[in-house]
Amino acid sequence: MSTHVAERTEAAPRTDRAPLLKLTGIKKHFPLTRGIIFQKKIGAVHAVDGVDLEVYPGETLGLVGETGCGKSTLARVIMRLHESTEGTIQFEGRDITHLEGKELRALRRNMQMIFQDPYASLNPRTTVGAIIGEPFRLHGTVPKNRIRDEVKQIMQLVGLNPEHYNRYPHAFSGGQRQRIGFARALALRPKLIVCDEPVSALDVSIQAQILNLLEDIQEEFNLTYVFIAHDLSVVKHVSDRVAVMYLGKIVELAPGETLYKNPKHPYTGALMSAVPIADPDLATVKKRIILEGDVPSPINPPSGCRFHPRCSRAQLPICAEQEPQLLPQHPGQVAACHFPLEDRAVITEDIETPLHKAEDAPPDGQTAAKAPDPSQWEPGNAE
Amino acid sequence: MAEPLLEVKNLKVQFPTEDGVVKAVDGTSFSVAPGETLGVVGESGSGKSVSFLTVMGLVTKREARISGEILFRGQDLLKLPPEDFREIRGAKISMIFQDPLTALNPVHRVGNQIAEVFQVHRKVSKKEAFDEAINLLQLVGIPEPAKRARRYPHEFSGGMRQRAMIAMALALNPDLIIADEPTTALDVTVQAQILDLIDQMKKEFDAAVILITHDLGVVAEHCDDIMVMYAGRMVEYGEARDIYYGAHHPYTWGLLQSIARVEQNRTERLRPLKGQTPSLSHVPPGCPCNPRCPYVMDICRTEVPQLIPADGHHASACHLPLSEKERIVKEEVLVH
Repeated sequence: MSTHVAERTEAAPRTDRAPLLKLTGIKKHFPLTRGIIFQKKIGAVHAVDGVDLEVYPGETLGLVGETGCGKSTLARVIMRLHESTEGTIQFEGRDITHLEGKELRALRRNMQMIFQDPYASLNPRTTVGAIIGEPFRLHGTVPKNRIRDEVKQIMQLVGLNPEHYNRYPHAFSGGQRQRIGFARALALRPKLIVCDEPVSALDVSIQAQILNLLEDIQEEFNLTYVFIAHDLSVVKHVSDRVAVMYLGKIVELAPGETLYKNPKHPYTGALMSAVPIADPDLATVKKRIILEGDVPSPINPPSGCRFHPRCSRAQLPICAEQEPQLLPQHPGQVAACHFPLEDRAVITEDIETPLHKAEDAPPDGQTAAKAPDPSQWEPGNAE
Repeated sequence: MAEPLLEVKNLKVQFPTEDGVVKAVDGTSFSVAPGETLGVVGESGSGKSVSFLTVMGLVTKREARISGEILFRGQDLLKLPPEDFREIRGAKISMIFQDPLTALNPVHRVGNQIAEVFQVHRKVSKKEAFDEAINLLQLVGIPEPAKRARRYPHEFSGGMRQRAMIAMALALNPDLIIADEPTTALDVTVQAQILDLIDQMKKEFDAAVILITHDLGVVAEHCDDIMVMYAGRMVEYGEARDIYYGAHHPYTWGLLQSIARVEQNRTERLRPLKGQTPSLSHVPPGCPCNPRCPYVMDICRTEVPQLIPADGHHASACHLPLSEKERIVKEEVLVH
């Protein structure tokens, strides 16, 4: 197990490089007001409440959390679609927190976004060619007479038929629309693409096609992704490192494999234990950590550790009074918890199931010793 | 095997449209025994929802051409007059829908919507019905049920709405619960809670459950049998283990290889089937999967494969010889 962790850390981008994107103390509060003419501020939704994050060139940083945890707001703050309330955003070492006008537009050449809903994010009255060509027209990176060729090239690249240049979005399926959104984001050859739930509206096999496409293009253009989703298995599949958000804060950040085997924050543990495992035998070695209640309101988040009212390990008064800081755990892992989970708290052991035994054993012979107890597993008609 | 509760024989549902006949369901046959959970897996447009809307009598002969038999405790539901069907629907067979926000009526209190079931089927007083509704809400794990019963659907979170839907489905102690993608709209933690709740309720009420989903990953822990549908047809049927560890159909392999597995190393690449599901008005001739199948043969383009049992009640509709299927599943599919 420890070798796995070591491998992962080595495979992950080296963190001694300068970050491409650096967030320091990012907060985004949406004011709540009362009254129509004289608007009085009566409170605020603490959507993002103090996030520090570094994203390194060429890596995929996953961001996972439940509905309402602030992950989409954070994406929009990174893209400068929302103005942050507090904190700074640095892109390639340059402070971009308050860029405006021309400079902001120039910045967007380097960072683009793919949105969740492929039905709502494309203008239904514009042809696909015009949608994908729009960035060229806005930024003037390609001479007008070459836009058409360039667009067709990108369409080919993302697996769309270039002959469909003049079609409207309604003629495309969900997966194809997501390809259009991706083509639009790619047009200017950005360095960073923020993907906000890019596959959650799609069927599984189409999901897999899009995930593979994202990976291929990343390799080809050396892209950096911030990949947001609520589905931990999808996030872990595409990401080098995964950040877990809860109520506007990052509670744990670790390489995916470490997160799977040794989650430290009880919330991560609960998320991990809820992920469905597509393997009936492996599912039996998983412990369920059941979360009580719903996510509290971000208008008035709990004191101390925000997770303490739902946490089975919380000890009063410390968890209710002191806010835990992100402290190092395993290599590459940080977690904000006063009483972190012990190792192997969720997936209690590695077992050899028919789905997994092929991984490190030859397909036949020598597997007998490692095969699962035949009393638990009937090979069905495989033999 | 126990006497089946529901037995569907060669069900066909076709919708005549301007663009030709849409063959939404094209000859499915299966059965569910009491206390069993059947998983029905397929992508959008595979006919899985239409099959069960027909079982529920929500697709009728007025809008579709329906043939075949739907036997519930030996009685053919398709031949029942509407009044008699109403006795069964809701009382004996109930359904949990995908999107609880659209399935619940936004202008009625949640408690009243559940109570309505009792008022219609059991002819009890309004007060009694409402009390029953509160009991049910408690049973499905809604805190402060007496207070919540007086709330409107928009005041519930997604998970609570789905719990309310389950309460409604359980109201009359049904023998069969059909859950159509009950967790697709929910977060993973809530999804796990809802699937556990359905399992628990199945035991408590000794009912059979049909769990419809597009994601094979979700149902591994919850199903006894699994049926895989594609383009209105059953392509594979078997026990959960047969499907996960020894699937015999290239489409099932494609589904299994599309799942991003949390237990896998990141280097493993997903291997989905290419292309997308065909339009149900233009299903390709021969095997409906042939344009997407990596193992396609000449015969696949002309002849529709029949569902052939391999072992026990594991069956698949594919022209590949059995030995070849077993080789592929061992050497290519299960190798991660």
